[in-house]
Amino acid sequence: MSSHKRLITGVLAIGLLASPAFAFDFGRPATPDEIKLWDIDVGPDGKGLPDGSGTVVQGKQVFSDYCSACHGENGHGGIKDRLAGGQGTLASNMPVKTVGSFWPYATTLFDYIHRAMPYPTPGSLGTDETYAVTAYILSLNGIIPADGKVDKDSLPKIRMPNRDGFVPEPEFDPARLFHKK
Amino acid sequence: MTSKTPIELLSRPANMSRRGFVGGLSAGILSVAATEAANAETLADVPDRGPGADLSAHSERSRFAKIDRIPEATPGKRNIDPSDAINSKTPHQKLVGNITPTDLHYERSHSGVPDIDPAQHRLLIHGMVGKPLIFSVDDLKRMPSISRVVFIECTGNGWENWKKADPDLTVQNTHGLVSTTEWTGVPLKFLIDLVAKDRGSTWMLAEGGDGAGVDRSIPLTDEIVNEAFVAYGQNGEPLRPAHGFPMRLVMPGFEGNLNIKWLRRLKFGNAPWMTRWETARYTQLLADGKARQFQLRMDTNSVITQPSGMMQIQPGYNRISGLAWSGHGKIAEVEISTDGGKTWTEAQLSLPVLSKAQVRFQMDWVWDGKPTTIVSRSTDEQGNVQPDRNSFIAAMGTNALFHYNAQQTWSIDEAGRVRNVLA
Repeated sequence: MSSHKRLITGVLAIGLLASPAFAFDFGRPATPDEIKLWDIDVGPDGKGLPDGSGTVVQGKQVFSDYCSACHGENGHGGIKDRLAGGQGTLASNMPVKTVGSFWPYATTLFDYIHRAMPYPTPGSLGTDETYAVTAYILSLNGIIPADGKVDKDSLPKIRMPNRDGFVPEPEFDPARLFHKK
Repeated sequence: MTSKTPIELLSRPANMSRRGFVGGLSAGILSVAATEAANAETLADVPDRGPGADLSAHSERSRFAKIDRIPEATPGKRNIDPSDAINSKTPHQKLVGNITPTDLHYERSHSGVPDIDPAQHRLLIHGMVGKPLIFSVDDLKRMPSISRVVFIECTGNGWENWKKADPDLTVQNTHGLVSTTEWTGVPLKFLIDLVAKDRGSTWMLAEGGDGAGVDRSIPLTDEIVNEAFVAYGQNGEPLRPAHGFPMRLVMPGFEGNLNIKWLRRLKFGNAPWMTRWETARYTQLLADGKARQFQLRMDTNSVITQPSGMMQIQPGYNRISGLAWSGHGKIAEVEISTDGGKTWTEAQLSLPVLSKAQVRFQMDWVWDGKPTTIVSRSTDEQGNVQPDRNSFIAAMGTNALFHYNAQQTWSIDEAGRVRNVLA
């Protein structure tokens, strides 16, 4: 531990000596406003979720307009990934992996729709539309009611059916990886 | 373990006449670049010499060498319209040596290949850092660089054979989602020092500039901090767009999806972000319905490419050749069985044997004309042995979809037809 600390101190010292030249040579500082433009990721604790909200009812319309052509009217039967159903199939010979049967975090759903969907125009949905379509997909899976609504406070609190379905590979288990003696 | 020194490629096997050996070699080379024209029976049939084509800005492959990748959409949907493809597989059965030609390196994208102008591309590094910085492509090219030969393997490689073996598959179908390139770029460690990463940051989010904004959480282990780099060069030239132009992350030994292409953001934090890619997608569903997560390293693997699926061999001399690789380090040994796994013989490795890079192995074999099966198994320097299919499936079930590294068996019938089988 102490030798590790010495090593870090050594590296820092070299970095400090060299940094005046390097810092100006490579790249330029990122301003907070610039970072905000690209800093879209959402963590499982809800960190990164924007202000706003959306209801299942609103989401049904957004889904019909932008999503159903690929995913089917009710989140299944389309040409792309099935989004609803599949609960109870994971241990069978024909597992059906959907948001309801497989995804461990509802926050991931918001993040993914926001960054990657709709496929032809990713990032085109507004914040409220993204919350709304997230709510609709959750309701299709029976995770929130048909009159439900989600926002940055409620989304991280939703317990997904397969939340405990994941076993980390021991080598990279986030709970243990950086807490070794 | 016995460690045999790799021998030179063209040394003659001890038990063969020179004539037999040369004949065998010629047959192998012909199968690599099959010609359509009639063979020259005598030297008089060989076309006359004459002036050739004009020189060109960049050279093309011979029109007699038919070598193409195969676009594919999910396991079993092959030879489809490229607009429906999600990946394109390397034709290992037609390649020689250790390096994959750049235009034949396998390709996997999640929202097509973006057409990025490097003058407008930027890399943002922020999060738990002292100095968030923005870099241009030129900034990266001015930094100290490294070059390293590394395999990249789609975690879906081998997915054709999880549940059954279609006998009509080639090695391109079964194992075409791994390739090896010399990548050039800037060590991650150098960038970490530039932005003054917080010591408390243990995970990094890497995000692409593609339509899907593919992003993965990467644990900052010593190994990864020391070996990862941001590449802008590929086999001596700029990255091809399909492989991440103008810059990508290279993560030696780790699943392909972590090697984020069209890299535009690195964010430092202290926990994984649980992105779609590391929860809903690249996790391995086990037989009990639980899924293994953060199985990030590619295990030791190998496959015989010559002879392989849909080829035909003749009794007598055959040279068995293939590729072996491991995300744990160097390949230490490859063994080949030509009797269905009853006996094993150590193969020769073609130099250089590099850590986390594919290496070619080969062995002389005289086929007696009787039906049999051939199979290879690799062992890496950490002592990891490529599992046989039965023990692999016993551990993983048949639903995992990713990280298939069981031994690949080819059957050979009495007519010399080579076919894909499970064993």
